[in-house]
Amino acid sequence: MSYLKIDKDLCVGCGVCVDACPQSALYMKDDKVEVNDKCNLCGACVGVCPVNALSIPREEKKSDLSDYKGVWVITEHDGKKPVNVTFELIGEAVKLASKRNTYVGAVLLGNNVSFMADDLFAYGADKVFLCESPVLEHYRTEPYSEVVVEMVKQFKPEIILSGATTQGRDLAGCVATKLETGLTADCTGLEICPETGNLLQTRPAFGGNIMATILCPNTRPQMSTVRPKVFPVPPKTDKKGEIVNFSFDFSKINIRTEVIEYLPFEEKISLADAEIIVSGGRGLGKPENFEMLKELADTLGAALGASRAAVDAGWISYEHQVGQTGKTVRPKIYIACGISGSVQHMAGMKHSDIIIAINKDPEAPIFKISNYGIVGDLNVIVPLLAKELKKHLAS
Amino acid sequence: MRVVVCIKQVPDTTEVKINPETNTLMREGVASIVNPFDEFAIEEGIRIKEKHGGETIALTMGPPQAEDVLKTALAMGCDKAYLISDRAFAGSDTLATALTISAAIRKIEENDGPVDLVICGKQAIDGDTGQVGPGIAVRLNMPPLTYVSKVREINPEQKYIIVERLMERGKEVVKSTLPALLTVVKDINTPRYPSLFEIKKAAKKPMIKLTFNDLGLREDQTGLKGSPTWVNKIFSPELKSVSGEIFQGEPEECVKKLAERLLELTKGVSL
Ligand SMILES: Cc1cc2nc3c(=O)[nH]c(=O)nc-3n(C[C@H](O)[C@H](O)[C@H](O)COP(=O)(O)OP(=O)(O)OC[C@H]3O[C@@H](n4cnc5c(N)ncnc54)[C@H](O)[C@@H]3O)c2cc1C
Ligand SMILES: Cc1cc2nc3c(=O)[nH]c(=O)nc-3n(C[C@H](O)[C@H](O)[C@H](O)COP(=O)(O)OP(=O)(O)OC[C@H]3O[C@@H](n4cnc5c(N)ncnc54)[C@H](O)[C@@H]3O)c2cc1C
Ligand code: SF4
Ligand code: SF4
Repeated sequence: MSYLKIDKDLCVGCGVCVDACPQSALYMKDDKVEVNDKCNLCGACVGVCPVNALSIPREEKKSDLSDYKGVWVITEHDGKKPVNVTFELIGEAVKLASKRNTYVGAVLLGNNVSFMADDLFAYGADKVFLCESPVLEHYRTEPYSEVVVEMVKQFKPEIILSGATTQGRDLAGCVATKLETGLTADCTGLEICPETGNLLQTRPAFGGNIMATILCPNTRPQMSTVRPKVFPVPPKTDKKGEIVNFSFDFSKINIRTEVIEYLPFEEKISLADAEIIVSGGRGLGKPENFEMLKELADTLGAALGASRAAVDAGWISYEHQVGQTGKTVRPKIYIACGISGSVQHMAGMKHSDIIIAINKDPEAPIFKISNYGIVGDLNVIVPLLAKELKKHLAS
Repeated sequence: MRVVVCIKQVPDTTEVKINPETNTLMREGVASIVNPFDEFAIEEGIRIKEKHGGETIALTMGPPQAEDVLKTALAMGCDKAYLISDRAFAGSDTLATALTISAAIRKIEENDGPVDLVICGKQAIDGDTGQVGPGIAVRLNMPPLTYVSKVREINPEQKYIIVERLMERGKEVVKSTLPALLTVVKDINTPRYPSLFEIKKAAKKPMIKLTFNDLGLREDQTGLKGSPTWVNKIFSPELKSVSGEIFQGEPEECVKKLAERLLELTKGVSL
């Protein structure tokens, strides 16, 4: 059975690992560390030991992984064009592929969607693996996952990236299970380990309070989902590529679901696509103040965002929430009013090009990542700013 | 209808912090709770039973003390609970977790009869992956219906279910055959508080323990050995701080300066 190995000769009794253990499984005895049976082998202590005294022995798998080549991206689209996260991931795939000396593949499934291949090439794909069928008209887990699994078995990619969207997570979860390989959720960083060639996948966990680096060393493909807007859209080029047509016999699978209806939300300026976002937090103090914020937003043609504190208070609906459990945004300008800058909020907006904070507390963490800011009462600043901007924009 | 609800015991992550100097978790006084999304799963499972008859079974995989979350589920109104606990499951990633839970559900079918519906939460607030639900569905060969915000209709005779799924830009209405697996979001219902009477009644409800030997799995399929992903290290979220221009003092002055910068910045942006 697996266990946590403690090298007592190396251990200097510093106690750092004891604090690192989420299960309270480690304790000190005679100036050395001991482990009790609460340990669930989560691995959190291994990396913190300054003298590498801790390890979780694992069997070396002898499987040969060298057949697996290529970095794939699963295309998500609305029938008209791929959604932006697909291009963001292709941009990242190009970087990973160049470190692995391999190609970038985009998987494209749907009904009459081949025209989208040009866009996929233009953003960096070398090959497009295309499967078209009326069965694939709408995304459905069963036919989509079956096709992707077959493709993977035939072409053996080394890495597969997919958007951490409702569709991408659903698909990746099923595909990884069918292939019995590892899947890392919601990655915010992808790197190739220079020694082993493994994919180092960094992701937030515990509600964004910690970051973890995840490895999938013994199985292929290595699969990750990545949130939209974590990586930038790469520049478009006039690059061309190769289409690989893939045919699939749908009669052999049993499709048990049917999409009856789609009810789109009312179209407002979508937060995810907005170039400027004006966001409000608990510091607004009352729901009416979102009206004041909206005036500033309208002046700038901006979308309205919010912290969870403002959403939980019932001042504004959940669609507006930015952060770990809300939307990740990457606007050109993000204006945070009365938002302190918790890690969970910043997880959703720290990639904005320019961050501006308005807060009465000069020590508020949000100022640490702000390019510009005003220390002051937002009840005074926000209306003044809207007025000042209107004056100039009118002329 | 026989419904199985999967629930996970998690640390209350609102209280988990990392010590930036040592990069270690500070778990002092962090309470263990029912994963918040799983409360919605429990509530939905109970409502389905109340409407269509049958039984709702709560299941958790975890250390012995995870029994606490099952007690909560029983007090809310589940009829029976299964605790899946064994050292052999330590170190499970989502692939191994989903396999182990699916084997336990097969065992439940042997003991109690066929399962029509499995309900999971959207995600657990510690591991935060949302991958276990779809994984269980694939292993049990059930259609996964993820991010369900409303159960519109269940027809136990004709064996179908119609649900609304919450997507980024709208709601999708999907019909599926039963058995099926749902993962639920918080819009779906408001979980009840157990009454004192229910809590007392819960103590008499069956609590069944399953271990590795009950599930018919190989050792290399569970726990660390059955897990392709490894946590390599954990660390504190770093923020690259920028030394920005922060204006203080007379509001009018500050606003003038900020507006100047803003107007400069918005030149390229279509207003
Ligand atoms: C698992 C988990 C997930 C979470 N997910 C999210 C998420 O997705 N998004 C999110 O935002 N949060 C999230 N949170 C919550 C997060 O931890 C914070 O509680 C929240 O972001 C705080 O919101 P806030 O900044 O508006 O409020 P506060 O932290 O209370 O800050 C209010 C700020 O307003 C300032 N202020 C007050 N009055 C004025 C005034 N008159 N003029 C100017 N400034 C003023 C104060 O100085 C203060 O800095 C999550 C938490 C957990 C545990
Ligand atoms: C820091 C960190 C990062 C991790 N990252 C990954 C990763 O990227 N990929 C990976 O494969 N594993 C990862 N793991 C391991 C993973 O957290 C565990 O496998 C965990 O048991 C299940 O994953 P989850 O918490 O994400 O559950 P989720 O998939 O988010 O849970 C969804 C639902 O499944 C049900 N469920 C989940 N676990 C149980 C349970 N034990 N008993 C009953 N029902 C349950 C509940 O209904 C829950 O609402 C990570 C672990 C840590 C500590
Ligand atoms: S592996 Fe995880 S549970 Fe085990 S001792 Fe280390 S930190 Fe604690
Ligand atoms: S961190 Fe390493 S050296 Fe320090 S007590 Fe733990 S095992 Fe010993």
